[in-house]
Formats: sequence, structure tokens, C-alpha cells
Amino acid sequence: MAKKKSSTDLIPLLHRMWLIRAFEEKASLLYAERQISGLLHLSIGQEAVAVGVCSLLRRDDYVFGGHRSHGHAIATGADINKLMAEIAGRATGYCGGKGGSMHIVAKETGFITATGIVGGTIPVALGAAFAAKERKRGQLAVVFFGDGAGQAGAFHESLNIASLWHLPVIFVCENNGYAEFTPLSAHTKVERLSRHAKTYEIPASTVDGNDLFAVRVVMARAIEKCRKGKGPVFVECLTHRMRGHYEGDPAKYCELSQLAEWKKKDPIARFARALRGKRLTTSKELEGIEAEARALVEKAAEFALSSPWPAADEVNSMVYEETR
Amino acid sequence: MTYKYSRMLEQTYLEAVRSALAEEMRRDSSVYLFGEDVAVGGPFGATKGLAKEFGTNRVVNTPISEGTVMGLATGAALAGLRPVLEIMFIDFITLAMDQLANHAAKFHYMSGGQLKIPLTIRVQCGITGAMGAHHSQSLEAWLTHVPGLKVLIPASPADAKGLLKSAIRDDNPVVFIEHRGLYWTKAEIPEGDHAVPIGQANVLREGDQITILAIASMVAPALAAGDELARQGISAEVIDLRSVSPLDVKTIVNSVRKTSRAIIVHEAVRQSGIGAEIAALVQEHAFYHLDCPVIRIAAPFAPIPAGTSLESAFLPGKELVVDAARRAMVGR
Repeated sequence: MAKKKSSTDLIPLLHRMWLIRAFEEKASLLYAERQISGLLHLSIGQEAVAVGVCSLLRRDDYVFGGHRSHGHAIATGADINKLMAEIAGRATGYCGGKGGSMHIVAKETGFITATGIVGGTIPVALGAAFAAKERKRGQLAVVFFGDGAGQAGAFHESLNIASLWHLPVIFVCENNGYAEFTPLSAHTKVERLSRHAKTYEIPASTVDGNDLFAVRVVMARAIEKCRKGKGPVFVECLTHRMRGHYEGDPAKYCELSQLAEWKKKDPIARFARALRGKRLTTSKELEGIEAEARALVEKAAEFALSSPWPAADEVNSMVYEETR
Repeated sequence: MTYKYSRMLEQTYLEAVRSALAEEMRRDSSVYLFGEDVAVGGPFGATKGLAKEFGTNRVVNTPISEGTVMGLATGAALAGLRPVLEIMFIDFITLAMDQLANHAAKFHYMSGGQLKIPLTIRVQCGITGAMGAHHSQSLEAWLTHVPGLKVLIPASPADAKGLLKSAIRDDNPVVFIEHRGLYWTKAEIPEGDHAVPIGQANVLREGDQITILAIASMVAPALAAGDELARQGISAEVIDLRSVSPLDVKTIVNSVRKTSRAIIVHEAVRQSGIGAEIAALVQEHAFYHLDCPVIRIAAPFAPIPAGTSLESAFLPGKELVVDAARRAMVGR
């Protein structure tokens, strides 16, 4: 990667990370105010993984997430108005209010689906990769999941099949060290999931997931391999989630000192510092980026909360696709 | 209902399945087969020869990972292919239920229509050969309880071919259940592109004193019961449901309104079998037409025992249906 990094390449990445951060913080507020209901799993602190991965993808690649996927969808360029409306259960949401936070689908930007089942989209991503391989247009599939998914049977079955069939899929593990309410060490002796990938002969690397540059370097290599038909790649991104498992989780299992440590590694602050260090931006511009992101999110919230609820008879619509 | 076609050919149920797969694969290059051993024909030979004609990239052998393969087939479907996944025994669909029920069945709805899952799942079921509790179950009731799935159980070679074609062409996840006891039954099939619409029951024998509703392996005993009852002066109408989700409620209700008596017979266990759903529907729509309670003939509520003698004690059949019909005629 000898290409010189210019501000025009990198500032949009910062903007996108801020958009995710602002969106998640606003969602949290609306949830606390009971304007959003359901279960909310926020990705505050994990923005560099979402943006680092998705910023390098093609529009026709297939992206899959889990229950903590607002950031993944935003990173593919999803419309935050339709996203906020969906989370708020409104008719103007991406899924007409029927999916909600854990089942976001923004197909128009390539975010195929989230899921409420831990690791559930990993096999589904394999299927999309299979179709991509048959179609021969160089498409690939990317699936995000957490360290908790590493103990699911489907995770291991999927690594095996992806490797065996040489599927163009990139496994992106957001290892934030916690699976629901317990640390990873309470779930497994194998704390680096990239080891599992190697068992199934899939090239794997572990990277600092809070370093946007590092994530992009590793992803660029993975994408190149995948598009050339060289089979699946596993990328483990070490990161932190700054909030509990879900909104409402007091997260007593996290020491306050731990949180303070993590704050120092905040991916947005880090990236901003790096850009300033390279003289690609100024403090004023940085403030402007944050302000713009927050303003867009405010608009999204207004849009969502002023949108109509779905009609009651929508309960029965779209259970089946009408075959033409 | 008879098929009025000038040209018919005789095929076994299994051959009918195979020819439906082959014809659909020729017709539509997005149809792919997945499953354990499908490329070598499978345990019963259902997919024999297909890998040779279409290649092993379209007839794909999978490892023994039903859960993940079901998810994979779902993903391939939403990414533009039209997969047909074979689960070797319906007993193993348990391993795939998460992906089938939580993803395949629900993605279309949860996405507000953005995602489409044109997936067919072929499974083989039923009691033959004393294979025991893990290779003999009939689990259609579990599947009919999942909104978003369609569930078909053909009982004849013609319906096997016609319904499988419809299943593959349907843009929804469809579970296509083949009772292996029927695999070697032979009958006439209309030639040409014979597709049977989903959601239509088939009245095999007309009658006006009692309605016998049957599926799969119980259709032949139901017809035999109809013949026996006729010899005893009782006129039975025998209906092959063949589609259990969606059910052809109209045909069922019209028949019971005519006959005033209903028996449902299935090989699955009695408690919470599809007979229960049908009985509820019948009393909902035809209560005031009934001369006696709806009767369910089914297997006992127990795992399927191994060994031939216990297995035959377990299986419902013609005698139970005849006996139930005679009781129904006197209002019991």
C-alpha cells in the first residue's frame, strides 16, 4: 500500500465513525426516555472495525451482522433516517417497523441482515458467498460477529465449510473480551479466535480493532485475496464495547478503571489525533465533523419520532412472498 | 379429480422426485442441490445421475453440518440462487431448526419484504424397516407451526413431481416431505410440465356419509378403508390433503358440511399432530353440520420403538379407520 493518504480519503472515514457514535448515543438517550422500546445493543467504542471494514467494500458485496449492528449498517452507507425509524418501530423504517434494532436490513447499501441469534448470520454469509462465487463477478461476503459466537457450533461448522469450499467470505470477529455478561475467559480457553480459523486452514490475523489504519491494512489484504478466488480470510479485531451488553445492563462486571483504560483507546479520538498529527486536519475541522454528525442524527431522530406507526393490519402482511 | 392428459407415463415416486429436480434444473440455471451425499445419489437414489448431468458445482455434497448448511442454503437463496436442500431424514431437521425457523421462515417478514428466500427443503420421513426413534419420525406438525414456511406432503408419484416443481418455483421456504414407504409406489404421471398448485387438497374418492382426511402413508389405508366401508354400505369421501401449510380449508370444510362426519388419519403422533389443527378448523367452520365428534387416528404419543413387532403395533392403518368410521356412523 504505497498510496499516499490524503485528507479526502480519510476525513470521510472520520465522519462515518462520528455518525455511528452520534447515532448510538442518540439511540441510547431516546431509549432512556422510552421513545424507543425493545432491546438495544450499542457499538460505542467499536466504530473503527465497522468503518475500517466496510469502507473498502464494493456496493455489491454482502455484509452480515449480529445483534449489535447499527454501526455495521451505517458503515455501509445506510440511510440513518430509515434506520432510526426502524429502531423506533415506525412505518418509515427500513423494515416497515417489523424488524427493529436486532434485525436491521438495509439491502440497498449491501447490509443484508442482522440477527438476534448469536453467530446466526455466519452460515448465511457462506450461502451469499457461494452465490457470489458462482456468479463470478468478484463479489464477496463479510460477516461480523463477536467473541461470544466463537463457542457456537455453527461458527466451527462454517469455518470448515468456507475453507473446504473455498468460499469468498471474510470473517470479521469483533473481540471485545465479553460475551454477554461474562468475560471471554469464562467461555473458553481459546481467547484468540483466529486460532480456530487456523485449525480449519483459513489465513487469519489479529489486529488492534481500535486503530482504523490497522484494520484497513488487514482488510485490504483480505479483500484482495478473496476477490482473487483464494478462499476465505479471518480477521480478528480486538476492541472494547464502552457500554453494557444491552442498554439497561449496568455492566457491573466491568471495573471502572477498565473503562478508563478503554476510553484512552477510543478509536475516534485516536484517529482524530493521527489525522492532526499528519496535519490532515485542524481542531476546528474536527469539531465541525462531530457537530455535523450530531446534527444529522438529530434530524434522523426527528424524522423517526414524527413518522407514523405501521397500520395494525401490517401484522399479517409479508408473512409470505407472493410468487409471481 | 382425474388428470385429463393424453399422454401419461408410469414412474415411481422416487423417479418422479428425480425427474422434477432434473426438469427444474434444466429450466432454471439458478436451481442448485445441496445435501449429504446428493452428488452420489443419496441413500435412496433420489438424486442419482444429477451430478453427472449438471456437475458437482450444482449438485453439491455437504459435510454433516445440517445447521450450517441450512443457513448456507438460506444465504444462497437470498443472494439470488434457488437452492434445494436435502435433509436426509426429517429426524435431523432438528439440527437445522434454528436457521429454518428463525432465519429462512422470518427474513422476508422481518425485512419488510426486502429479502426473499426461494428455498426448497426436501426431507424424507416415516416408518419402514424398524429403523427406530431417530430415523422414523413424522414431524410435519412442528413445521406447520412456523409462520413463513410452506409444508407439502405428497402421497402419489404425480403429486410428488407436481408439488416439487411448485415448491421449487415458489419464492418462499417450502419444506417438501417424502414418505419413504411411498418411494417405490408406481403410478401414472402426466407428461410435460406438470405442476400442482400448493394449498389444494385432492378428493380421491367421493362419498356423502363420512369424510376421511389423510396424508402420505395413510392415504392408501384411507382409500382401502373407503372400499371396505362401501362393502358395509357406508359411503366415505377420501381426501389427500397433500399440502399441510397452507391447508385447503375450503375443500375440507365443504366435504364435512356434506358428510357431517370427519376422521383425520396421520402417521405422526396424536398429541398436537396436524389432526388437532384440522379438528379445530372443522369444528370452527362446520360445527352445526357435525353428527359426531371429529376423530383423530394417529400413532400413540410415544417415541417410535425399534423392532418390527412393536413398530407394527405403533402404526395406524386401515382397520382403525374402518372401526372409527363405523363408530362415527352411530354417533360415537
